[in-house]
Amino acid sequence: MCFSAMALTPPAQTPSPAARLRVKTWICATIVILTNVFGDFFMKRGMSAAPAMTSPLGYIATLFQPWVTVGVALLIVWQLSRMALLSWADLSYVLPVTSIGYVLVALLGRLFLHEQITSTRWAGIALIVTGVALVSGGTPQTAQPHEGVAP
Amino acid sequence: MKWIVVLIMTAATTIGEVLQAAGMRRHGEIKDFRPTAIGRALTVLVRNRFVIGGFVMMAVSFFAFMKLLTLTDLSFAVPVSAVTYVAETFLAKYVLKEQVNWLRWTGASLVICGVLLVSL
Repeated sequence: MCFSAMALTPPAQTPSPAARLRVKTWICATIVILTNVFGDFFMKRGMSAAPAMTSPLGYIATLFQPWVTVGVALLIVWQLSRMALLSWADLSYVLPVTSIGYVLVALLGRLFLHEQITSTRWAGIALIVTGVALVSGGTPQTAQPHEGVAP
Repeated sequence: MKWIVVLIMTAATTIGEVLQAAGMRRHGEIKDFRPTAIGRALTVLVRNRFVIGGFVMMAVSFFAFMKLLTLTDLSFAVPVSAVTYVAETFLAKYVLKEQVNWLRWTGASLVICGVLLVSL
């Protein structure tokens, strides 16, 4: 994946571990956010054409609707990238930072489905962006796996 | 019916995500992103009890979400899941022993308010 080049050949001027961790966190978080947003988007698109889900078989059949399949594939990548991110980043960091996805959902709705964004929604979007900006600038990792906690 | 599905979905999401975070933290930082290394990590992770438990809960949450989408709009189904932020941030502090500083509390609170406004 995109990090493989980094893993194989360290850059000439090695960045500090904290800076390296932050860049790695941002790249991985971007993948987590995009696969989540587009996964949900395709799921919803496919679900509207799905058969009635009255039996377990109905649920299985729904999974093979074309757009649902694309959505499910993206959501699998989302889960795997999220697991990788959580292997080093705190849950209390990952949660607010990945919530920028809510903003992208609203913008996608405006761009592709011509939905209105009311002033209330713009206010909500501003709050989310502020929250994400506050948390994402901080350190992604506080609880160490073996020793106590880092400052 | 709608609220029963919401309850199942949010409870399963909260428990599942905390279990997943606990499992991945026990596994340790993933540093190598070459396909063979990812495959090796996955074979270790499928035996991780926390990760397995997390997956079971998230499967429950996923099917509850699918059911909810047939009952309501995405503009209701997605924001209602913001309830899990409160529960998960508390569990992150007291169960996962993360240092939730004021920046994170403020950020999480702003996000919750924002998600509620977006859903109005």
